[in-house]
Amino acid sequence: MNLHEYQAKQLFARYGVPVPQGEVASTPAQAAAAADRLGGGLWVVKAQVHAGGRGKAGGIKLARTRDEVRDAAAAMLGSRLTTKQTGAEGLPINQVFVEAGSQIDRELYLSLLVDRGSERIAIMASQDGGMDIEEVAEKTPERILTVSINPAAGLQPYQARQLGYALGLEAGQLKQFIALAQKLYRLFDECDASLLEINPLIVNTDGNLLALDAKINIEDNALFRQPDLQAQRDPSQEDAMERSAAEHDLNYVSLDGNIACMVNGAGLAMATMDLIKLHGGEPANFLDVGGGATPERVAAAFKLILSNPAVKAILVNIFGGIVRCDDIAQGIIQAIREIGVSAPVVVRLEGTNVEQGKALLAESGLDIMAADDLTDGAQKVVAAV
Amino acid sequence: MSVLVNKDSKIICQGLTGRQGSFHAEQCLEYGTQIVAGVTPGRGGEQHLGVSVYDTVREAVAETGAAVSMIFVPAPFAADAILAAADGGIELIVCITEGIPVLDMVRVKAVLKDYDCRLIGPNCPGIMTPGECKIGIMPGFIHQPGTVGIISRSGTLTYEAVYQTTTNGLGQTTCIGIGGDPVRGMNFIDCLELFEKDPQTEGIIMVGEIGGTDEEAAARYIQAHVTKPVVAYIAGVTAPPGKRMGHAGAIISGGEGTAEAKYAALEAAGVTTVRSPAELGSAMQELLG
Repeated sequence: MNLHEYQAKQLFARYGVPVPQGEVASTPAQAAAAADRLGGGLWVVKAQVHAGGRGKAGGIKLARTRDEVRDAAAAMLGSRLTTKQTGAEGLPINQVFVEAGSQIDRELYLSLLVDRGSERIAIMASQDGGMDIEEVAEKTPERILTVSINPAAGLQPYQARQLGYALGLEAGQLKQFIALAQKLYRLFDECDASLLEINPLIVNTDGNLLALDAKINIEDNALFRQPDLQAQRDPSQEDAMERSAAEHDLNYVSLDGNIACMVNGAGLAMATMDLIKLHGGEPANFLDVGGGATPERVAAAFKLILSNPAVKAILVNIFGGIVRCDDIAQGIIQAIREIGVSAPVVVRLEGTNVEQGKALLAESGLDIMAADDLTDGAQKVVAAV
Repeated sequence: MSVLVNKDSKIICQGLTGRQGSFHAEQCLEYGTQIVAGVTPGRGGEQHLGVSVYDTVREAVAETGAAVSMIFVPAPFAADAILAAADGGIELIVCITEGIPVLDMVRVKAVLKDYDCRLIGPNCPGIMTPGECKIGIMPGFIHQPGTVGIISRSGTLTYEAVYQTTTNGLGQTTCIGIGGDPVRGMNFIDCLELFEKDPQTEGIIMVGEIGGTDEEAAARYIQAHVTKPVVAYIAGVTAPPGKRMGHAGAIISGGEGTAEAKYAALEAAGVTTVRSPAELGSAMQELLG
């Protein structure tokens, strides 16, 4: 689950991590009033969307007067922002964050993540703040320092110092940095974050450290013990179909093709997409109906994939292990009768009671193409488009 | 022969009295697996599925001499269950539970260094030696004793590989589902090492997927240490970057973890790769002549 920048900064403030003064606004008038309260002569108006690359996409505007703040907010609110991370349709801007402008001396990069290699939380720092860090990692990996943290000890001061020296910080800033890094580690650990990124972390002209941007992802598996964070979820930033799938306990990811697939198991679901592509088709989605593919879930899954207008054919691929193929076949028949599926449906069943399952489909009188195996299923569905 | 588990393995089930635990333990018992005890705190002294239930792993191990634990404890409590198993003297912990917070697993992995035990999973189908014992949620009947060792990050793709090698008569020595989480127990390399040493295993099928670089590490290991033929398939060639594909660990991030990179590393190491999961069995048959 992603947090908005303003939510992440509220969390920073709660943990004592320095951030610029700012207020969130949903209308241009609120934005102007926020600028009044913040005072000063320079503000930044920032679109609150769950995507990076906002600056280049026009989602971050500098304003020098109250009117400029209001105008910038008016231009953003209610529109959609398309960045290189959002896809062509972009994301809706329902809120802007109005922040007091900062005088920047240096821009640094700092992030925490779960490093799969070391199986620990790692903290990464670079002097190349404000840039695309993936580009830095590719072109000049020596400019990124990574430290991995033993969960029993937590982030130790010597580790933070090591990062601080690598960032070229002066004595006073180093002390600030050690405190900041330890607070961030505590936040990451206590909030079950999966990613925390500050890009840029600035040194302002007064020589103080300040988190100018903030990105936090919370791990979905841990939301059960993070009710306060879960309450901050913003469904408007999520793919409508993926959201509806999650409500039915289905794992769904939208893709660009026209062949829908419905599969039990995440690995087999991915493999099914690959097979469609291998045989010259384009998958419309990833969909895992899970191990217990009950008739209700199969029906919900059919409804979901058919709500995508691009879908021209459907491949159902089920390996019945614990679940029986005849139960699955019943579910498919029931779902097609209920919903009235117009696109061609190819079904590949394998596993427990497969013969009974195939017989049920054949006797149903429905226009369902039976596939003999994985390859046959993929070929038939590609031919059906 | 087989690796890690066989007909003599004595197994306890943590979470035996729960819905998932009951359902799957019953199937394991039917297959002939020696489940000798269950562990559910607060239910000690009861009988469930004809098996004695204990309050703690320590007690269950002391009473039965079990060395393996199969865990069906719900995700919020599963990390605790893994550590209780390790501390209770279990040598092989098989954690089926899906959805354990990754930071719980980070702590678990750090603590497990203090114990001489192995962990399979979490978020996995389990481990099975056909004809001898089934520990997990896999359908027993598709398996057949034979000569192929199977290692997989995905449950249903394991079943595909099993089914194909059963159909073509090769059969399996042991099948290990290592699980789809980013921080997990045994990895490809640990399993490859065991299969390489197992005299009955003649060939190894390895099923990977997008995310992380474990398949690349396995490729280097195979090149240096594995003499038996290996067939590999990687799921997720069509997966878009930045999207989590069902499994917590199946995500391409920062250009790392792509199927193409994994295929390239495996092919460079001399591994036979297939682009279709339907060809795992036939490719292995060809290699084994």
